Amino acid sequence: MSRILARDLEVALDGRTVLSGVGLAVGRGGWLAVIGANGAGKSTLLKALAGVLPCSGEVLVDDVPLRRLKPRERARLIAYAPQSPVLPADMTVFDYALLGRTPYIPHLGRESRADREATASVLERLGLEPFASRRLGRLSGGERQRVVLARALVQQAPVLLLDEPTTALDLGRQQQVLELVDRLRRADGLTVVTTLHDLGVAGQYADTMTLLSHGRVAASGAPADVLTEKLIDEHFGARVRIETGPGGRPGVHLERPHDIEPPASGP
Amino acid sequence: MTGPSRLDPGSLRPGLSPSGTRSGLSRRGPGPSRLRPGALALALGALLASMVAGLLAGAADIAPGGIALQLLDWLPLVSADSGLTPVERNLLLELRLPRVLLGALVGGLLAVAGAAYQGAFRNPLADPYLLGAAAGAGLTTTAAIVFLKGDGDALVIPVAAFTGAVGGVLLAYALGNVAGRGGGTATLVLAGVAVSSFLTAVQTFVQQIGVDELERIYAWILGDVGGGWERITLVVPYAAVSVGVLLLHGRLLDVLSVGDDEAAGLGLHAARVRLAVLLAASLATAAAVAVSGLIGFVGIVVPHVVRRLAGGSYRIVLPLSLLGGGAFLVLADVLARTVLAPAELPIGVVTAFVGAPFFVAVLRMTRQVGT
Repeated sequence: MSRILARDLEVALDGRTVLSGVGLAVGRGGWLAVIGANGAGKSTLLKALAGVLPCSGEVLVDDVPLRRLKPRERARLIAYAPQSPVLPADMTVFDYALLGRTPYIPHLGRESRADREATASVLERLGLEPFASRRLGRLSGGERQRVVLARALVQQAPVLLLDEPTTALDLGRQQQVLELVDRLRRADGLTVVTTLHDLGVAGQYADTMTLLSHGRVAASGAPADVLTEKLIDEHFGARVRIETGPGGRPGVHLERPHDIEPPASGP
Repeated sequence: MTGPSRLDPGSLRPGLSPSGTRSGLSRRGPGPSRLRPGALALALGALLASMVAGLLAGAADIAPGGIALQLLDWLPLVSADSGLTPVERNLLLELRLPRVLLGALVGGLLAVAGAAYQGAFRNPLADPYLLGAAAGAGLTTTAAIVFLKGDGDALVIPVAAFTGAVGGVLLAYALGNVAGRGGGTATLVLAGVAVSSFLTAVQTFVQQIGVDELERIYAWILGDVGGGWERITLVVPYAAVSVGVLLLHGRLLDVLSVGDDEAAGLGLHAARVRLAVLLAASLATAAAVAVSGLIGFVGIVVPHVVRRLAGGSYRIVLPLSLLGGGAFLVLADVLARTVLAPAELPIGVVTAFVGAPFFVAVLRMTRQVGT
């Protein structure tokens, strides 16, 4: 059984079709990476899945069609972190993470002790406890990314949608965040859908991949089936060499179009 | 359907049991920002102190000790001989006390409405007059003064101002919804600017027709918190409803601060929350404008000072703005009454004259502390 299943998604923005006939299926504990060139519709797909963008078609979580649910009920099944989340500079880390409890708190009510404890436990788990009362405006890029992840986890939804979770992070921070997501999904059986612009990184973490091109699915399957030299040339216009690494995961190496001189060695 | 994934605090951090050794942290450790009793007491104290100052200050020289005893005497079950003459007692009861209370009420309403507007629009420069409340009230009040002369019935000007303020906001809202795709803040702000400019133009035209009444028009525009108990009874019902609704929305304004898309992802209908908040804040503004004219600066300065001193969560900013706005306006009125006594300065002049440097001082002070 698929934990999240989407069929025939279609999104039109300002009269222009941005997504058309897109479907996907990810099982419990699975990690799907959505890849594609700029403007292919990756972020739009995540917003449509999260229900923050009107779309036609169907999204089901554990066989429940999301269209039939109230927004609050939907938010308990799907947590979504956008590519450029708004982090109010004055807000504390704890208050921000606590926003994830919104679908559980009565509309005009206040959070319960259980909500506070769920928030504190996620902060502790992500090593953010020392930052709990710090204001968001005073965090580094890596800390901000972890705080956004914390808010999504506090939602306690079985499906996690992350739009480019590693944008603007250096290589080490990218690896830390993605390893963290990987451990979380293994520990909790979370189903993860991410957009990732770095194909090499996507190939190392995802179980399955969907390649979007001009709003349609151009290929989907195991990373080795999607990350091929031919598909990457066709849809990204990039020349790469694919080498299968440990675990059968494809490694993507950029190739310069012409023979070039080796880098000059030092004195 | 399986339940949501469990978050086990120990699963990633070996050595920490899920609920054992360090569970005390969740109870005594970090928590959400909340209104601390100390901050609340401080704000209440500031309001009370300003009100006492408001009762003591004035053109007539009444002994402060007598005023204190008289206040005690008015308390239920307390009896004290103040030694005030009947005229002094009357002056205190019919002029100073209602003036201080109205100042506190209007200042509180404008400040809490300003904070709510800033939250609903996610814009630190928003103020209660952003959506046309001031321009609408300005037009209808000017028209009432020029055409009805505002004589006879003391209710004419408050009713005209209230209607104009509500009408201006509704016009801006309708225009914003026609022009935008609904719920967007940018089109709404632009609609407010357009409506304000248009209504101000009409107001200027009406003012030119009734040039003889210019002094009365300006006296109203620059604000006044005198007028006695009648004005307080006019404003209290609207104040109670609007403040109640706004204080209930503090947490939701915090959710709105991450933007409409993310609020939607958290299951919140941002446009609906914004509508409820703007309606309540506009009602508060209209109530204030109806009894005091167009007093500027309170709605923008007070919430920012509160944010700097006590924290950014709207659960803190809204109640403390209510109290702080009251204290600020009562003190401004004390200055307005005493600086050029026995003449009075318009209170709107004082709020801007004192408010601007005070605002800059608070910004500088808190920057040095590093918050």
